[in-house]
Amino acid sequence: MHEMSLAEGILQIIEDAARSQEFVRVKTVWLEIGRLSSVEPEALRFCFDAVVRGSCAEGARLDIMPLPGAGWCMDCGQSVELTALYDPCPKCDGYKVQTTGGTEMRVKELEVE
Amino acid sequence: MCTTCGCSHGETKLEGQNLEREAVAAPRFVPVTGRVAGLGALHYGHGPAGAHAPGLSQARMVKIEQDILFKNDAYAERNRSLFRRRGIFTLNLVSSPGSGKTTLLVRSIEELRGRVPVAVIEGDQQTSNDAERIRATGAPALQINTGKGCHLDAHMVGAALTKLELADDGVLFIENVGNLVCPAAFDLGEAHKVAILSVTEGEDKPLKYPDMFRAADLMLLNKCDLLPYLRFDVELALENARRVNRGLRVIRLSAETGEGFGEWLAWIEAGAAAARRASQEEGAERILGFR
Repeated sequence: MHEMSLAEGILQIIEDAARSQEFVRVKTVWLEIGRLSSVEPEALRFCFDAVVRGSCAEGARLDIMPLPGAGWCMDCGQSVELTALYDPCPKCDGYKVQTTGGTEMRVKELEVE
Repeated sequence: MCTTCGCSHGETKLEGQNLEREAVAAPRFVPVTGRVAGLGALHYGHGPAGAHAPGLSQARMVKIEQDILFKNDAYAERNRSLFRRRGIFTLNLVSSPGSGKTTLLVRSIEELRGRVPVAVIEGDQQTSNDAERIRATGAPALQINTGKGCHLDAHMVGAALTKLELADDGVLFIENVGNLVCPAAFDLGEAHKVAILSVTEGEDKPLKYPDMFRAADLMLLNKCDLLPYLRFDVELALENARRVNRGLRVIRLSAETGEGFGEWLAWIEAGAAAARRASQEEGAERILGFR
């Protein structure tokens, strides 16, 4: 969804950091994207390359670190791994699962010069 | 352009006027090594590393740890604190195109007349038809045209707030662009997202577009007057909605006949009363110097 807006958000974060940390070129951008965040990594790469053209991040490598999805099953009383947001508990097949991890969309680190 | 829905910035309009976004200029490129420091001198200490080692670049790691939507979230927080201060109860109405959002709004405004002041922000890609329909009821309304954009963001809403005649202690409806995908991710500063599903759509819409039904606190099942003519399984639709959002509250209504409006309007008035109380408490704390 709206990967273009996300790519613009990433570029804003980079440009803010470029001003405060005084770097002129970005070589690598590390993102943490949760498996349940509904971000399509390939669409994000495509948009990122388009958005950063002419900026200090032009040509930068985008390294997307996927984070696993996790939830708390109220019936089982334990943490379970989730592969999709609305999946039932893999142990009991119930839907009383509260998502606890995997919806992150963060810029983690930059390699700059 | 967004690969999903064609969204991009640059064509957003507020009542036909271009919306200015704060320009973020890319930093000018400056070579980092070998800069001339004075007459006949080369300085290698101005690079990011502050030193130079032959054969090694001055690349370094910068920790960022920032959410990608932080800018939108910051604008949303600004809107939210304005709403809190002024006791305004704000609802972000989201649905697919054609679910009856505007008809529902028009009826809600008419029934709330004399009970609580109402204002509306309308979001559509093009035309100001919806804002005109709202203004015909006498309520202040402002149209945002998103151009190629597929959703309203908190910055657009913040700009609209400066132009809209907004009464304190009232209700603000934000009718989002008809789209069940993108508006789910963008906080506008509202108290609640309200998803509208009409019975002329499929029962499985909550499963097909789960993000939106998960982001909403209330679902209005609209056009219920048509149920006798349709093969729409209400219980199945509600079960699907609760599968993606266990705490989702549902009100069945019809903007055409007004059935179910008692519950919907009571819910709005309870929220408005709570917003009013919260703003009075905050005002009192400010006077007493707690804030």
